[in-house]
Amino acid sequence: MSPEEWQVILLSLKVSGVAVLLTLPIAFGLAWLLARGRFPGKLLLDALVHLPLVLPPVVTGWLLLIAFGPSGPAGRWLGLTLMFRWTGAALAAAIMALPLMVRAMRLSIEAIDRRLEGAARTLGAARWRVFLTISLPLAMPGLLAGAVLGFARSIGEFGATITFVSNIPGETRTIPIAIYGALQIPGNEAEVTRLAIIAVLLSLGALLVSELLARRMGPGRSGHVL
Amino acid sequence: MSFEIAVERRLGDTRIALDLAGGPGLTALFGPSGAGKSSILNMVAGLLRPDRGRIAVAGETLFDSAAGIDLPPEHRRAGYVFQDGRLFPHRRVRDNLLYGWRLADPAHRWMTLDDAVDFLGIAPLLQRWPRTLSGGEAQRVAIGRALLSGPRFLLMDEPLSSLDMARRAEVMQVIERIRDALGLPILYVSHDRAEVDRLASQVVPLAPEGMADTQA
Repeated sequence: MSPEEWQVILLSLKVSGVAVLLTLPIAFGLAWLLARGRFPGKLLLDALVHLPLVLPPVVTGWLLLIAFGPSGPAGRWLGLTLMFRWTGAALAAAIMALPLMVRAMRLSIEAIDRRLEGAARTLGAARWRVFLTISLPLAMPGLLAGAVLGFARSIGEFGATITFVSNIPGETRTIPIAIYGALQIPGNEAEVTRLAIIAVLLSLGALLVSELLARRMGPGRSGHVL
Repeated sequence: MSFEIAVERRLGDTRIALDLAGGPGLTALFGPSGAGKSSILNMVAGLLRPDRGRIAVAGETLFDSAAGIDLPPEHRRAGYVFQDGRLFPHRRVRDNLLYGWRLADPAHRWMTLDDAVDFLGIAPLLQRWPRTLSGGEAQRVAIGRALLSGPRFLLMDEPLSSLDMARRAEVMQVIERIRDALGLPILYVSHDRAEVDRLASQVVPLAPEGMADTQA
C-alpha cells in the first residue's frame, strides 16, 4: 500500500473515531429521552433523529453547507470553520451515524427491568446512583453496540461528506471518497481493490463486534442490531 | 403502633383504599390478587404515590399528603422483599447483599454480612450470579439484601409464592426467625390463608374497591 493509501485509512479512522466519541453522550441522552421520556413533541424528536437515515445524504451535506458555510449561522456567529476540514467530515459522519446509535441504545434502555431500579431505591440509592450502578451497567452492551455500529457507519459515510467538505487529500479524503476518486481515473483498479477490501473488513468487523455485544444484554433478554 | 397506614389511590378502574393500624410483629395484608396488596407495599416503600392519606412507621411519618411530607424511597429505610427476588443480574450474590449495606449510614447497620450469611445459610452462594440460583436461594439472598440495608421495617410481597413446597418451609422458617429473633415490624402480603395463619400476628383483609377493617 502506498503512503497515500495509509493516509486515507488513518484519516478515516480518525474522522470516525472522533465522530463516535463526540456523538456518544448525545446519542445516549437522546436514546434515554426517547425510551423514558414523556413529553409533547416526542414523536417529532424521534422523527428528526431518524431523518438522516432516510434523507438523501446529499441533502444532509447541503444543509450542513448552509449552516456552517461562511454566511451560515454557525459560521457567522460561532466563528466555526468546519468546511473543507477533517472536523467537518467528522460532523457529517456523526450526523449520519446518530440514528443508528440512538436505535441500538434505545433498545437496550427499554430492555432494562425498571423494577430493579425501584428495588435499588428502596435499598437506599438516590436516582443518580441508581442510574450509575443499575441502569447504565445494564444498558452498557447496547451502548457499546451502538458505538461500534456508529463507527462502522462513519467509516462508510460518503454523500454528506463529499457534499459538505469535498475531497481534499489528508483532510477530508476518507476511504469511500478515495475509492470514488480513484474510480474516476482509468488504471487505478489495484488501489480501488485494496481500499475496498479494507472497507469491507472494517465494516464487517464492526458489525460482528456490535452484534456480539448486543447479545450479551443478559439472561432472559435478547438484543439485536442486525 | 408499628404501621399506621391510611391511604387512597386510584389505579385505572380500581380504587385502592386501606386504613390500618398494625401492632408489633408481622401484620399480614390478606386478599385475592387484584386487591391492590402490592400497591399498598409500594406506597409504604415510596415507589407509588398515594392520591391522599398518611403513612407512618414506628412513629415516623413517611408520607402525609395534608402536611406535604413525601420521603423519597431511599430515605424510608424499608427492607423490601419482592415476590420475584428482584436481584441485580449484573452483580454477584455478594455484591447484591452488600448493595444496600454500603449505602446505609453505619449507625443504621445492625447486621454484618457474616451474620446475614449465617442467619440465612447462604455462604456457598456468595460468588454465584443471580441467574444460577434456584427460587429458594434467590429469595433467601433477597431477604439478606433487605436485612443488610439497615431497615427499620420489612415489606414482604408474597415472598413464598414462587417457591415449591420444600423451599417454602425453609423460607417460612427464616421469616419466623426474623419476626421473633430480630423483632422487626413486618408488613406481609399474601393470598394464602395457611401461610398467613402460621406467620401473622395480625391479619388485615383487603378486598378490591373496599375499605379494609382491622381484625386482630
